[in-house]
Amino acid sequence: MKYSKLWLLWLIIIVVLGTYFIYVLLASEDKTVFMPGELTSGHHQIANNCNACHVDSFSDKEAIQKKCVECHGEQRKKPFDSHPRAKFTDPRNADLLSNIDALYCVTCHTEHKPEITQSTGLSQPVDFCVHCHRDVGKDRPSHEGMVFDTCASSGCHNFHNNRSLYTDFLVKHIGEAELLEKRIVPAKEFSKVLDEIATYPHDRYPVKKLTRKDADYPDTLQITEEIEHDWVSTKHANSGVNCSSCHMKTENNKQAVWVNKPDHQACLKCHESEVKHFMQGKHGMRLKSGLSPMTPAMARLPMKPKSMNSELGCNSCHKAHKYDLMNATVDVCLDCHDDKHSVNYTQSSHYQLLLKEKSGDLPEGSGVSCATCHMPRVQVDVSDWLRRVVVQHNQNSTLVPAEKMIRPVCMSCHGLEFSIDSLADEKLIKNNFIGKPSIHIESMDMADKDNKRHLEETGGESF
Amino acid sequence: MKVNKVLIILGTVITVSSVATLSHAGEDMVSVKSMADALHLVMDSDRNIYTKKIVNRLVKKEKVIKASEHFEDDKALVLPAQMFRFGAELVKKRSEKLPDVDFSYSLQSLWPINKQNAPKTKAEKAGLKFVAENIGKNYYTKEVLGGKKYFTAVYADTGVAPVCVSCHNKHKDTPKRDFKLGDVMGGVVIRIPVK
Repeated sequence: MKYSKLWLLWLIIIVVLGTYFIYVLLASEDKTVFMPGELTSGHHQIANNCNACHVDSFSDKEAIQKKCVECHGEQRKKPFDSHPRAKFTDPRNADLLSNIDALYCVTCHTEHKPEITQSTGLSQPVDFCVHCHRDVGKDRPSHEGMVFDTCASSGCHNFHNNRSLYTDFLVKHIGEAELLEKRIVPAKEFSKVLDEIATYPHDRYPVKKLTRKDADYPDTLQITEEIEHDWVSTKHANSGVNCSSCHMKTENNKQAVWVNKPDHQACLKCHESEVKHFMQGKHGMRLKSGLSPMTPAMARLPMKPKSMNSELGCNSCHKAHKYDLMNATVDVCLDCHDDKHSVNYTQSSHYQLLLKEKSGDLPEGSGVSCATCHMPRVQVDVSDWLRRVVVQHNQNSTLVPAEKMIRPVCMSCHGLEFSIDSLADEKLIKNNFIGKPSIHIESMDMADKDNKRHLEETGGESF
Repeated sequence: MKVNKVLIILGTVITVSSVATLSHAGEDMVSVKSMADALHLVMDSDRNIYTKKIVNRLVKKEKVIKASEHFEDDKALVLPAQMFRFGAELVKKRSEKLPDVDFSYSLQSLWPINKQNAPKTKAEKAGLKFVAENIGKNYYTKEVLGGKKYFTAVYADTGVAPVCVSCHNKHKDTPKRDFKLGDVMGGVVIRIPVK
């Protein structure tokens, strides 16, 4: 009798647990119960969708690699990636692969292993460069005696764009002032190159100024004065983008229907590059994975309690109809972000510049908002044939390691040496650059010394 | 009669087997060495044309643009050696999707500016030395890399234009500053997997 009760209890437990796991597997969005270990800060947002990385088989390395490239491939293209796959598929480098299998992202970025993973997402020891560059001191006397755990921390190298701060570039910028004479970010080019954007629906929405009487929303719809006013004041109405261009949605070749609240897919029709980048970053990667939108509540960074459940899409920052770009560059960021760097922003001289730009005391592009640094205006190859300045909506593309921000962001206004030192100073980053760097990185001194050696040897011009 | 039949059968067998042998020989007509030589001819011709008709013409004759190692930053033409390497990397990438096409090639030197382009394997070291010392001759061998057997061919790469020589002689990272026009400055290494 006693044993049969135990058996019954055992059976109930098995059935309950079994039902729970089957429910999670088949019906629940949250499948983290099956996860072998916590994900990195770069992937935790999509933890609920195992298929975002794992396809048919969990052990299929090639399939996982394909998934890595699907999201990160664009960031890893030449000329930025000096360690491309083609370098390692060359048989002459077969011996290097036996040290570290550089053909697969997971060799250095293993997931579910928080105990060995650094904040940069690297799961190899920091001195991993030693596997292939053991003899660098012989080739580059300036590097002799350096230990390999300083390759990245010195602000000089990272595996994927290790030549971004190459010697000639450093030499070219020796002696630059902390603040450059011309301090302005590049102007956007969307409207200038509209004719060349192949994906822009020129036929349906020719560029022309629209007025309130042109608005083509259905007669049955009640539109507020505010909405009409906002739309007619924007670049959308001034460029021929009518209500239907965003609100009419076609799915599965069916007749287009009116949608009251269009999502990012509507924006994608014209702003392909921006939306694509948005979905590569932490704000939009859940949408790319077919999950519900990201909310601050899901973030690991400190967020403001009042915004915890705000959903992130294009309109959460750009505010439908109004599309106030200035609002999207600071106010909406600080509505959610509550870390020290964000909180200190309004005390910074960067913010003061933004206020002066807003008041007209400084020209457009002189102010420094959150977006100036985290969604910088950069030259992007929007197709194989066209390059233009776009707002990089993947705010993570220049975030880790911090040195990635030097060229596309800091150097619009600051000298190179000041930029390198500032981004190496974690305290300065935390207080939002109030003050000057307390750290000095020697890379430019090394380049200067190397250049002088070259001049002495050749008696010629600087390299 | 019987003899005739035997002769007819014998003749037929000989004819069929001869045709089969010929057609088989036809399939194998291109040896791995010929293939490497042909590949090199294409590479060398393209490299020659890019150096002469694009880089040298626009930089030295027309004087309308620079060629630079940092071509993106300097808004300049890619250097001939970079052009060659980018092509090699694209070939490697594209051939991964073609199961019947497998070969790799690279430009190397005993005096490399980029130290990654120094010879690494025994065959590369021997080949580059051979083509530098034996003008007009190529070097052929077989080697095993990563458990796979390769036919490896090395061809001399000579400084065809004054700009090749002067640029290499004054580059900050060059280990040799006395190249002359027509000198062997490096070599093209082509590898084709064999059984």
